[in-house]
Amino acid sequence: MSERTDRLLSIADDELVLGWRNSEWTGIAPFLEEDVAFSSIAQNEIGHARALYELAAAELGTTADELAFDRRPDEYRCAPLVQLRRLEWARTIARHWLYETADEIRLAALKESDDPELAGIAAKMDREEAYHRMHAEMWVDRLLSSDDGRARLNEAVDELWPYALGVLNDELRPELGRRAEARLGRELPDVEPVPRGVHEAELGELWEEMTMVRRSAPAGAQW
Amino acid sequence: MTADDVWAALDEIPDPEIPVISVVDLGVVKGVEVEGAQVRIDFTPTFMGCPALDTMRRAMEEKVEELGGEAHVRVLLDDSWSTDHITPAGREKLRAAGFAPPAPRPAGKLELVQLQRGFRCPYCGSTDTRLDNIFGPTPCRSIRYCEGCRQPFEQFKTI
Repeated sequence: MSERTDRLLSIADDELVLGWRNSEWTGIAPFLEEDVAFSSIAQNEIGHARALYELAAAELGTTADELAFDRRPDEYRCAPLVQLRRLEWARTIARHWLYETADEIRLAALKESDDPELAGIAAKMDREEAYHRMHAEMWVDRLLSSDDGRARLNEAVDELWPYALGVLNDELRPELGRRAEARLGRELPDVEPVPRGVHEAELGELWEEMTMVRRSAPAGAQW
Repeated sequence: MTADDVWAALDEIPDPEIPVISVVDLGVVKGVEVEGAQVRIDFTPTFMGCPALDTMRRAMEEKVEELGGEAHVRVLLDDSWSTDHITPAGREKLRAAGFAPPAPRPAGKLELVQLQRGFRCPYCGSTDTRLDNIFGPTPCRSIRYCEGCRQPFEQFKTI
């Protein structure tokens, strides 16, 4: 597999799995606006995953659906940050903000890529991601505006920080640290990242659910 | 069959989710080339997760078939579309149907504060409106509220 395909699959897997995690709030978010927001963000992320899988599929001679649903859980390249199931609001917001911040750094690098196809798709994705970032930043402002909110956000960020670092490669990681520390106004712990390639038990559970329909119908079933 | 015939036929295809506006008004048809009965259409999605994508693609193929041609639709996933490509006629159709058209893209980074400005209510014309939710019923829409006529309305997101 080429380095390009490996990169496409890493990002696609992040977006698919995080999209799935975000969709877990559909119907049960703390209030209606957030129900709509997380569902809409989920739809965007899964749309990005589809486009990236299609590029990878063209190179591998397969299809986007096969890449999304027919691999074994240990073949997914998504960062452990997106695998975690955290149906608790402060952790959900912390993960959302950390991921979107890391994703902005990653997309900025891809937009500068010599590969026009990758640069174009990154720029197109970034137009939508701008709204995810605004949403995440609005929540960070809100949580930082009270002592209780600040304490909850800080605790969640500390817990997730090694995972957030694992979204990016060695080269881009320091930029995430700079941005996160500037935003929170404090130093973050110096920890070892939980890197891509680690598979949390929660990914297996998500995979069981996500691929259930696909596995229950014979390959090539028409709907 | 000329390229103009194809453009005119495509202009009859409504956006499946906002049917007052056509795919040509939206600016998502990037090019049409006709060679005999073969028609190549370059097309780019608005939002990448838009479920209307496949419906639009099929509708374009059917329209070309009605003209006696065979369509080859190429989906471009590049950065060639923004809401600034919606035509003036398209913006007017959106407004008339109760959707505030998207604000022009700013030269720099799009900030939340720009979306919190008092955009004009498509129902009563008041600019005493506020952003209620940057997300709405489809990926391309935000929800706003008009203090003038006390009605919520939707705005096409600027991307």
